[in-house]
Amino acid sequence: MVQPLLALRGVSKRFAAVQALVDVELEIRAGEVVALVGDNAAGKSTLVKVISGAGPADKGVIEWEGGAVQIKRPQDAQALGIATVYQDLAMCGNLDVVANLFLGREIHRFGILDEVEMERRTRELLQILSIRIPDVRAPLATLSGGQRRVVAITRSFLDPPRLLLLDEPTASLGFEQTNQLLDLIEELRDRGAGVLLISHNMGDIKAVADRVAVLRLGRNNGLFNVSTTSQEQIISASTGATDNAALDRPPRPEEAWP
Amino acid sequence: MAVRGGWREWRRGIQVRGAGRRRDGRRWYAGHIRTYAGAARRRLREGELGPAPALLALAVTWIVFQSLNENFLSPRNLSVLGVDIVGTGMVAVGVVFVLLIGEIDLSVGSLAGLSGALFAALNVTHGMSEWLAVIIAVGCGAVAGAFHGFVFTKIGVPAFVVTLAGLLAWNGLMLYLLGPESTIHFSEDGLVAELTGRHFGSAAVGYGLAALGTVAYLLVAHYDRGRRVAAGMPYRPVGEIWARTALLAVVVFVAVYVLGRFEGLPLALLILLGVIVVSDVLLRRTPYGRQVHALGGGVEAARRAGVDVARMRISVFVVSGTLAAVGGLFVASRLASATQVPGSGMLLINAIAAAVIGGTSLFGGRGSTWSALLGVLIIQSIASGMALLGVQSAVQFMITGGVLLIAVVFDSLARRAAESRGRA
Repeated sequence: MVQPLLALRGVSKRFAAVQALVDVELEIRAGEVVALVGDNAAGKSTLVKVISGAGPADKGVIEWEGGAVQIKRPQDAQALGIATVYQDLAMCGNLDVVANLFLGREIHRFGILDEVEMERRTRELLQILSIRIPDVRAPLATLSGGQRRVVAITRSFLDPPRLLLLDEPTASLGFEQTNQLLDLIEELRDRGAGVLLISHNMGDIKAVADRVAVLRLGRNNGLFNVSTTSQEQIISASTGATDNAALDRPPRPEEAWP
Repeated sequence: MAVRGGWREWRRGIQVRGAGRRRDGRRWYAGHIRTYAGAARRRLREGELGPAPALLALAVTWIVFQSLNENFLSPRNLSVLGVDIVGTGMVAVGVVFVLLIGEIDLSVGSLAGLSGALFAALNVTHGMSEWLAVIIAVGCGAVAGAFHGFVFTKIGVPAFVVTLAGLLAWNGLMLYLLGPESTIHFSEDGLVAELTGRHFGSAAVGYGLAALGTVAYLLVAHYDRGRRVAAGMPYRPVGEIWARTALLAVVVFVAVYVLGRFEGLPLALLILLGVIVVSDVLLRRTPYGRQVHALGGGVEAARRAGVDVARMRISVFVVSGTLAAVGGLFVASRLASATQVPGSGMLLINAIAAAVIGGTSLFGGRGSTWSALLGVLIIQSIASGMALLGVQSAVQFMITGGVLLIAVVFDSLARRAAESRGRA
C-alpha cells in the first residue's frame, strides 16, 4: 500500500483547561482532497495549526511519506512543502502585496532585496492564477477582505505546495473567485499534491473533496467517502445528533446534495 | 529555475482546463499598468504623507526664527546646529528600529550616558587606549541591548518594563562610574573629542562628497529603472529621476556651501548621515529590514510566515543599544567630558520625540531612519532659535511638547485612516 503523504497519529493538544484535540487520526494521500468538517470549536483550526507548525501538538506523531517528522515551527512545515491559508489570513497590513507574498523567503542578490524579480514573479503568479489585484504595491491594509484572502491564497501557491491546508478559504470570496479556487484545488490535486480543505459549505466539499473527515469536540467522528455518503450523515456526525434542527429546513440551492 | 518552469507547465494546464471560467489575461494586465503619478495620488488620498509634514514643520520653524533673528540661518549657527543634532540623532536612529517593530526602548538615554562615562573612566581613570575604550563602551551598549531583547523575547516581560528597569539600572551604573565629582574630563584633542571637533574645511572634500552622493543616487535610480523596464514593469519616468536628483543636488550643495562658510563640513554630521544611509538601506532594501517592518505589521503573521521573531527582536534591541552608546560618545565629545546630562532623561525624550516628529509611527511598521534626522533637526532648531532669542527653556519645552503632540496626532489619524480603509 502506498504511504500517505501526511498522517497524524494520536495527536492531542490542550489550551489551559480546554482539551482542543484528543487522539486525532488523519491521513491525507498525495493526489487527494480531504475535507475537514465539524461544528464550531470542534478543533479544525487547531488541527491546521498543528500541521502548519503555528501551534504544535502536545502529543502524537506526524508522519510525512511514512516517516515520523517533527513540526515545531512554521519553518519546519514550509521545508516539507506544506503551505497554509489561515482563517485569519495572517498577513501584515503595512506591507504591500509583493512583500507579503515573499515574507520569510525574500529573493535577494548580494543581501539586497531583488524587488524587481519579486514583483515580476508576483505579477506572473497573479496572471497564472487569473487573479485581479489593482496594485501589487498597495499596502495590504488598503485591500478589501476578499482581495486579502485572494492574496493569502496566492501566497500559498508561490512555491507549488506538496500539501495545501485551506482553513475556510471561500469565506468572503465571491462566486467567481470561489469557482476559481475550486479549479485551483483540482489542478493541484491532479498534479499529485494533497489538499486539506476546511469548509462549512457542503457544495464546495461535494465539488472537490474525495473524502470527508469529521471532527467533533476535538475527536475523530467518522471518515466518509464523498461519493457514497449523504449530506445528512455528515452533518449528523459533526453535530452529534441524528435528529437535528439543521436537517428540518430545506437546503439552500447551493448546498443541495444531488 | 525549477519552480518557474513548473509554473509555466501549470499555466498551460489551466488554460486548457478552465478557459471558460477565466478572466482575459490582457485585460487583467492592463489594469496593473499604472503610472507613478497614480500611485502618488493613492498615497495622498490614503493619508500616507511620508516626510511632507515634517519638512513643512522644519521650513516653518526656520522661517519663523530667521524672521525673529537674522543670525538663525547664519553659517555659524547652522554649523553648530549640524553638530549638536548628531548625539541625539544617532540615538533616535536606534529608536526608529525599535518603533518599527512596535516596541519602545526607554533605556537609550541611560545607555548613552553609560557609554560616555565608561569611555571616560576606562580612558582617563584606568589609562586604557582611546580606541579600546571606545570599542568597549559601544560593545557595552550592544550587550545591554541584547540583554533587554533577551528578557523581553524569551521571558516575555513587556519591552516597556524591561527597558524602564534598564533606564534606572544603567543610570545608576553611570553615576557610580562618574564618581563623587559626577564629571570626568578627557583630552580635548583625543579621538572622541575629535568626533565633534573635526571639520573638513577644504572645498574640494565638501563638494567632492556632495557630487559623489548625487551621482550615486542618480546611478542607483537609473539602474533600478533599467531593470524594471527590462522586466516590463511600471517604472519611474526619466524626468522624475532627474527632478529628484536635481532637488537632492540643490540641498546637498547648498548645505556644503553654507557649512563651508564657517568651519567646513563637520565630521560628526558626515558620520550621522553615513549611519542613516546605511540603516535606511538595511531597513528598506534587505530581507532583514523587510522582516523588521513585518514584525511591526503583525507579530503572529510574521511568525507564521517563517520569520524568526525572537532573533529579530533581540537584534533590533542590539541596534538600539549600540546606536545609543555611539550617540552617547558624541554627546560626551561635545563637552570633552562625561557628565550626568545624557542620563537625565532629556536625551531619551528628545530621541523618541525626534523619531515620531520625523514621521515614524509609534504603532509600529511605518517609518524611516531619515525621520530621525528630520525630527532631531526640528527639535534642535527650536532649542537653538529659543536660545538665540534668549527665551527660557521652560517655553522651549512647551513648544517642543506641542510639536510632539501634533506629530502623534498625525500618526494616530493616519493609523485610523488605514484601519477604516481596511474594513471598507
